[in-house]
Amino acid sequence: MKEKRSDESFFRRLTRHQLFIPVAALLALVLFNLIADPSFFSISLKENSLGNPVLSGNIISVLDNASELVLLAIGMTLVTASSGGQDISVGATMAIAGSVILRLVCGGQVSADTMQAPLFLAVLAGIVVTMAFGAFNGALVAYFKIQPMVATLIMFTAGRSIAAWINNNQLPFINDVAFKYAGTFLPGIPVPTPVFITLFMILVFWLVLKFTNLGLYTQAVGINANSSRLNGLDPKKIKLLTYVILGACVAIAGFIRVSRSGSINYSRIAENIEMDAILAVALGGNSLGGGKFNVYGSILGAYVIQFLTTTLYKYNVPSTALPAYKAVVVILLVVLSAPVVREKLSRMKKSSAKAAKEVA
Amino acid sequence: MPKEIAVDKQGRLAGRPAMSDTNMLLTITVLVFFVMYIAAVVFLGGGFSKPQSFLNILNNNASLIVLSCGMSIVMITGGIDISVGAVTGLVCMNCAVHLELQGGSIITALLLGLGIGLAFGIVQGFLVAHLGIQPFIVSLAGMFFAKGMTTIVSKEPVRVTGESFLAIKNIRVTVPGLGSNNKLGQYVPAYVEVGVLIALAVVVILFCVLRWTKLGRSFYAVGGNNQSANMLGINVRRTKFLAHVLCGLLAGLGGILYFLHVGSGDVANGAGDEMNAIASSIIGGTLLTGGVGNIVGTFFGVLSLNTIKRIVSTLGFDEAWWSNITVAAMICLFLIIQSIILMRKNKK
Amino acid sequence: MQEGAILEMRGISKFFPGVKALQNVDFTLRAGEIHALMGENGAGKSTLIKCLTGVYPKDEGEIYMAGHDKAVSIRSPQDAQNIGISTVYQEITLCPNLTVAENMYIGRTKGNLANWRKMNQGAGKILRDLGIPALPNQQLSSCSIAVQQMVAIARAVDMDCKVLILDEPTSSLDEQEVQKLFGLMRDLKAKGVGIIFVTHFLEQVYEVCDRITVLRDGQLVGEYVIEDMPRVLLVSKMLGKDLDDMADIKSESGTAADMSGTPVLEAQDLCSNAGIKPFDFSIHKGEVNGFTGLLGSGRSECVRAIFGADRVTGGSVKMDGKDVKIHKPLDAMKSGIGYLPEDRKGDGIVGDLSVRENIILALQVMKGFFRPFSRAQAEKFADEYIKRLEIKTASSDTPINSLSGGNQQKCIVARWLLTDPKYLILDEPTRGIDIGTKIEIQKLVLQLAAEGKSVTFISSEIDEMLRTCSRLIVMRDRKAVGELSGEDLTQSKIMATIAGGDTQ
Repeated sequence: MKEKRSDESFFRRLTRHQLFIPVAALLALVLFNLIADPSFFSISLKENSLGNPVLSGNIISVLDNASELVLLAIGMTLVTASSGGQDISVGATMAIAGSVILRLVCGGQVSADTMQAPLFLAVLAGIVVTMAFGAFNGALVAYFKIQPMVATLIMFTAGRSIAAWINNNQLPFINDVAFKYAGTFLPGIPVPTPVFITLFMILVFWLVLKFTNLGLYTQAVGINANSSRLNGLDPKKIKLLTYVILGACVAIAGFIRVSRSGSINYSRIAENIEMDAILAVALGGNSLGGGKFNVYGSILGAYVIQFLTTTLYKYNVPSTALPAYKAVVVILLVVLSAPVVREKLSRMKKSSAKAAKEVA
Repeated sequence: MPKEIAVDKQGRLAGRPAMSDTNMLLTITVLVFFVMYIAAVVFLGGGFSKPQSFLNILNNNASLIVLSCGMSIVMITGGIDISVGAVTGLVCMNCAVHLELQGGSIITALLLGLGIGLAFGIVQGFLVAHLGIQPFIVSLAGMFFAKGMTTIVSKEPVRVTGESFLAIKNIRVTVPGLGSNNKLGQYVPAYVEVGVLIALAVVVILFCVLRWTKLGRSFYAVGGNNQSANMLGINVRRTKFLAHVLCGLLAGLGGILYFLHVGSGDVANGAGDEMNAIASSIIGGTLLTGGVGNIVGTFFGVLSLNTIKRIVSTLGFDEAWWSNITVAAMICLFLIIQSIILMRKNKK
Repeated sequence: MQEGAILEMRGISKFFPGVKALQNVDFTLRAGEIHALMGENGAGKSTLIKCLTGVYPKDEGEIYMAGHDKAVSIRSPQDAQNIGISTVYQEITLCPNLTVAENMYIGRTKGNLANWRKMNQGAGKILRDLGIPALPNQQLSSCSIAVQQMVAIARAVDMDCKVLILDEPTSSLDEQEVQKLFGLMRDLKAKGVGIIFVTHFLEQVYEVCDRITVLRDGQLVGEYVIEDMPRVLLVSKMLGKDLDDMADIKSESGTAADMSGTPVLEAQDLCSNAGIKPFDFSIHKGEVNGFTGLLGSGRSECVRAIFGADRVTGGSVKMDGKDVKIHKPLDAMKSGIGYLPEDRKGDGIVGDLSVRENIILALQVMKGFFRPFSRAQAEKFADEYIKRLEIKTASSDTPINSLSGGNQQKCIVARWLLTDPKYLILDEPTRGIDIGTKIEIQKLVLQLAAEGKSVTFISSEIDEMLRTCSRLIVMRDRKAVGELSGEDLTQSKIMATIAGGDTQ
């Protein structure tokens, strides 16, 4: 008797844990692919266009292509936690970042064969610019008290236009192989570079959360800004900081994205990625209304979304129809985690357990 | 501290109450629109001074007017529906396919369109109101779903060539007394399309509903304070549900009007219209937080949005990119104005 | 049902997971009676009310109303409203974005159309009859909280209720408004309405009630007629023990205040954007002083100005004789000041964070962004204060909003004690708290003073302040009008100073 009860409470505790949903979703996807076609998981060594041996396979593709989304999810988690809302301009700002970087490496021309400026400087410029736009969003939210989704609507609308304006409406492209290392492969290394960049950034965040009070302050401000202020915090500055941090994440994500192809298409780059980023945060078990957060849940959520996308591609779902499938999955997950539904399910479990007892 | 109303010597209440939030924001919106339009007429002349150019704003945006009204209603209850643009595209595509490839009649196409919108509204409303899921996520999924379904129905654009349809599409309802001379010196009366009449009717009906019916007032109550509305005896769930259903239905109607205007189905139809609807609502004085908003303001919001776009293109800027930037700047401006006014008001 | 009773609740029980909120509670309300429902926090008062008004479904027991043969079933607030039970809650349950008139009628009209003229006329009449200073077509959010509450009551009154429940209605009202409310209540009483008055204010209970029902730990202690119930007996019933220690607190520790030395804090012409007139203030080492006055007289605003919680617009502050600039809370904290805010839920606790995180928060902020406490260090701090202040919590990881009000308050006190302040400001630390914890906090204040700290103590209950403070600053209409100490510290002298000069 006693053992049963402790089992139950363990299961209950398990399902209530914040990471349950993304882990469960991941397991579900893995299981599905195992059953449907185990060759999904095969990894092989191939030669890329430069003649270097590189790893390829669906799993590699998931890890590689999720990189931008993971970065955005990290920043979006902080923004959601501190301000209780979401930044829907991240896709458009990625376009701006990419545009700035390309302008610098192409030296203002339509195309260039070698980088006209040190890559490091170009990326830094991109980071500074997007952090400035992040500060703009943050100021509207923190100082003018405008709702985040509405405030970022501005950059959502104008961002891609600004990106195009930066390059005078032209579509620059860079032929220098070295530029593409960051988005594809470093010579001699079989693992795609974005994976390394992402791991590095996750490590950086882990260090930041461990060695600063960013986590505590962000949560406090998101839960109760008044109380935080009376404890000596400045909620406005902290909210602003989270938007600026998101800006930095966007810049690196934008860099990776343009580095994959060496060029940019203003209206298509990172299209709809903001929705995926918000989804990743929600899948990670974080409340979209702000407060307590777990950034690792969001990171896991980002990989889950990419896994889903790759699975659907394998089964020849056209990319334009992809959103429909994502929608169904999203709804399913969100419905299952709704408190009302959970209550009903647990009541059903209890009554079926009761019935089982009576029969036995 | 909010002001106490003074009581005069005989104990009667003195003075007039301060303007409500809703009315104040509406006043700003209408003023800004008129100032903008008049300035355009005065300084840019030409295109703006013809009555037809004003009416063309209506002609080109009948769908957006209807969508924005639906969006405002959901926003008043404190929710949001970002699927309306995608639903518009879906409805448009379905109508086109139905008429052109499946040999349906116009009536059935209309019913199909409304039905699709209604279905989206019902499902989303149920998830938001009865399961308590956040409207942003629900309508985000709705948007994804609608976008995907549109391509599944048909990847290629479908143009409708049926005679009876074209006849309706090309109806021009002349507005008595307005008109101008065209290049040949002939007097051409100003006209509106059928869709505009439907859109205006919708605006009037919704205005009445929001102002005078129990349901309309409960939208405001729920948006103002969820828990209070519950305690006051309003069925909050039902109200939120109906708001989403109404928005979905209007999205369906918007899709039909869009279809009536362009005459074909295309995956790009309606793209971004949800943001235009939100922008129009905000410019029109609807607060995303709920409880404040009105249909007349939203109507002027649509007008303002499009006036600004036209001003930009008349000034010779590269329309595609610059109109976006100006719309964004306008939203920014209105948000800041609203924020300052409300912060001032609530400090008193 | 009993003679003259309009409401009878029998054997009501309500369970929550792990908690027996109500056990077999009976409650009877007679027509034309004002009946107080009292008990410390956790006694079950609000649960009983919520069972009566359909917010919670009861687990056991029956409710009988006059005019109904069988027990009535109340499943929702609408049901309660329909059988004649109206409630006015402490938090304003009206819609701030609607007009006064609309708030009075919404949810009640039968038809589908809103008749604005009728609503405005009807509302206007009721507002005039009850003397409420508001216009029917005024947006509710532009009225003061007190007026909003009166509108809520007017709505209830207009619905011809048989039972009117007032849940802590006087918390945000000043003396005049309280008397108006009592006038309203007596009118209703004369009309035969039964009123359930839930409150913490002992004085008010004795002023206006006929009977008292006392709950403790979810069970019924008893129902008493007011004449048969002296105050001390009532409090002992609520606490379940004798209260000799309440009277003798002060005499245990003498005043250790060093009034001759430089004041720990000295403020001159201090004013803030909260609208108080410039005031002077000083406090010495080991001294306990307080601000007193009617609600709204500016007591909280004064201490908030000292702490920098509101924007300071003028004046100077010296600590230990040296000038300091206090423009925001962090400045005050760094100068050694701590502040326990009046609004525990809105300004005090950070709800979803754990007890431990709440306790270390202030000290952590003072330490800096780049120097987080290790988990072990934080736990050590938290455990130390959980023990010292006897905070009842499952662990230091529990979210603070699952603790009772009194324990939450103790956590906030712990937070500021941890910063080892020179000067601690406690604004209404005992409001909404059970009597046991109230006494603990008062004892703590005196203990801190004995240790050489300075404390400012604000409370609506004058006897609490008399028990702990050695000096009182009297506020009236946002202006400091007097300072009392020594022999002048009596109830009557305080009242006189608050009321002001011209009583001739």
